[in-house]
Amino acid sequence: MSAQNAWWKSTEAMVAGILLLAMVLIGLVNPAFWSLENLFSLARSNVVIGIMALGVLLIMISGGIDVSFPAFAAAAAYLVVRAMVDWGWPTGVLVPFLLATLAGAAMGLVNATLVWKLRMIPLIVTLGTAAMARGLLNGVVGTSNVNINKYPKSLIEFGKTDLVTMTNAKGATFGLPATVLAYLGLALAIHFVLSRTMIGRSVYAYGAAPEAAKRVGFRTGRSLIFVYVTAGALAGFAGLLHSSMIWMANPRDFVGWELDVIAAVVLGGASIFGGRGSVLGTMLGVFILVMIKNSLILMGIDTTWQRVVVGAMLIAAVALTALRDRKAIV
Amino acid sequence: MTTNTPLIEMRGITKRFGGVTALDDVSLQIMPGEIHCLAGENGSGKSTIIKVMSGVYQPDAGTILIDGKPAGVLDPVKSTAAGIQVIYQDFSLFPALSVVENLTINSFLHEGARLVDRKRARAMAREVLARLDVDLPLDAAVETLPTSGRQLVAIARAVLADARLIIMDEPTTALTGREVERLFRITRDLQAHGIAILFVSHKMREMLDLSERLTVFRNGRKVAEGPIVNFDEAAITHAMTGRALEVGHYDAPAAEGAPRLEFRDVSVPGHLSNVSLKLWPGEVVGVSGLIGSGRTELALAAFGMLPPATGAVLVDGQDVTPRSVQQAIDAGIAYVPEDRLSEGLFLTRSIRDNSIVSSIRRFAPGLGLNRKAAADATREMFDGMAIAAPSPEVAVGTLSGGNQQRVMIGRWLMTGAKVLILNGPTVGVDVGSKATIHAIIHRMAREEGLAVLMISDDVPELVANCNRVVTMVHGRITAELSGDTLTEDALNDSLRLNIEVPA
Repeated sequence: MSAQNAWWKSTEAMVAGILLLAMVLIGLVNPAFWSLENLFSLARSNVVIGIMALGVLLIMISGGIDVSFPAFAAAAAYLVVRAMVDWGWPTGVLVPFLLATLAGAAMGLVNATLVWKLRMIPLIVTLGTAAMARGLLNGVVGTSNVNINKYPKSLIEFGKTDLVTMTNAKGATFGLPATVLAYLGLALAIHFVLSRTMIGRSVYAYGAAPEAAKRVGFRTGRSLIFVYVTAGALAGFAGLLHSSMIWMANPRDFVGWELDVIAAVVLGGASIFGGRGSVLGTMLGVFILVMIKNSLILMGIDTTWQRVVVGAMLIAAVALTALRDRKAIV
Repeated sequence: MTTNTPLIEMRGITKRFGGVTALDDVSLQIMPGEIHCLAGENGSGKSTIIKVMSGVYQPDAGTILIDGKPAGVLDPVKSTAAGIQVIYQDFSLFPALSVVENLTINSFLHEGARLVDRKRARAMAREVLARLDVDLPLDAAVETLPTSGRQLVAIARAVLADARLIIMDEPTTALTGREVERLFRITRDLQAHGIAILFVSHKMREMLDLSERLTVFRNGRKVAEGPIVNFDEAAITHAMTGRALEVGHYDAPAAEGAPRLEFRDVSVPGHLSNVSLKLWPGEVVGVSGLIGSGRTELALAAFGMLPPATGAVLVDGQDVTPRSVQQAIDAGIAYVPEDRLSEGLFLTRSIRDNSIVSSIRRFAPGLGLNRKAAADATREMFDGMAIAAPSPEVAVGTLSGGNQQRVMIGRWLMTGAKVLILNGPTVGVDVGSKATIHAIIHRMAREEGLAVLMISDDVPELVANCNRVVTMVHGRITAELSGDTLTEDALNDSLRLNIEVPA
């Protein structure tokens, strides 16, 4: 957007700089970081959180915030897998993913309607719908995991498809999962929509100045529906993708993911005030977050402390972007 | 240039909000390609008629004709389709988006485009900026532009959207002199392209210099209309306020006893150096100078926001040199800042809540608020300040600028202040309200022995309302004018001198 400002001054370049610096530092402390095996594993960890982050990015650009996507993702994945196990339908790969995506979109539509029609604050709306989605899922459908022994074979096959397969020094195989392609494809699509289509631009316009967007003649209701439904759809898709990558469907999955994903999106330069953010930045933000968490694990740091680190990163990123946005306004 | 069919004709427009009649049987005609000025005080119905024209409000009665044909009920889409574009005071731009995108986004939108054609957008932006003969960085985010630049973007956007009538709502409020000149040039350019302009303003010079026809509103009615040559400043003022304005000097009572407020060799590194100034009870002393001359810093030093490094501030001969705002208030010093909206008022709260907030201890000696005392004191202030509102219970945000300023001043008087420092007391306040505010200040000074320090860059205002005016440059007082030497010419000369020969 602000191409006039030299590219190296852009938020994305700064985030990329931080990423490179962190990679060099981590590589110095632990040379195993640069091993192909570790890089592939990093890429794999990016996929699900990255797809969810794309949805949160949309909502944040529109000036909202979403904490319901982990619940939607868990619900969509569990519903589809349960149906496959209990009813033997749907089968294959495509239809299940389509259904999970649609289920997520339908739940996103509930968010959109509440935010748009009742003009409610997105944080409160999504807190409520998240609690309801989790509650209904556990109360009506069930609370037991679908484990690998019952898990649909078609999804297991899909989840372990690799683009490249290699063998490490100890003789174990590792690979770059094909699901990375799904992530990259979706990122490209969202990038195109955000930067080149009127609906995408309307999200920026609405997020930056809702009143001005209305005066110019944007149908802002449509923008909101687009944003929340797409975010829901991405969550549903990511939910089943995650499930197929770990060969298990857990109705209580994704608890606490909102912290990681929102932190990643903010790290990537999206503004909590709306109107700002990019797919590239978000992908970089996701990579930083995943990489740091991964390194903390390699360093043997306890998971409880990881949350402290992620929380601190979130606050630091929000403070930095808020500073940037305020500077830009003056 | 003008044909005989008005571009837009509004007949007998009435608009009510609850019990308030904002527009009462108003008519307004704008011919194609004319520069028409709409004048009126705040609250006269100017903004309401703009919103009727742009289709934001639907009138309760009356008809609108566009090109001589009844247009029915206007909505924003119909209004823009008829070529009516409004430049609001906030410009309605998208701060994080580029100039190109801000210019072209609504054209694309009205074409029903689904994709953004970046090449064409650039070409369109280049063309319209060339047409207006202005230079703007195409790829810069709009938020990085100064106010004047943002206004140009808003105007260019209106032109791109095939405007036939551009309505500018108080467009010069935030512009410097040169920027106003440029805006006038562009406005005349637009006219040369056959675009009509409705200039909404309450500044005399703009009306007289720029417009061809003038319509004046007062209290929701049209009170005057005609070619600008039929008007002069006095006639416009009379039409706007319904009364002739008296311009005279303020004569302070003779100085006696100790000065009410005294600055004694006050220095703040980087802001003020060795400033000494005495104000006796009943005096209204003006401070003039450019921004950065130390005029605002002088106020801040007295109000405890910029504590002096050396020197002292005295009230009634007592050294009170404040180190904090609370100390200044306790010493009887009150300060009304320039930006009352962001620095002074709680817009969503009532007049009463806003009034008692600075003297809250007086009404809440213990834990509870003495509601009766607070209400009585507010009522007294409300009447004394002649605030035009149904009751002290209404939210301050619903008042006009002049009435908000009265609430601000009234609040301080309720603290029992002895010294009142006003920074830009009538910025954004219309002519009639200005007069009322000045009258109140004079009465308070004369009857209650208040010493008033009035900071302003409005030369006529200072000359008419102060008994003395000092000018400041680089943190020093450089001249003092009073009595017969206090004239607009002398003050202008003194200011000009200051610019050319920095002390």
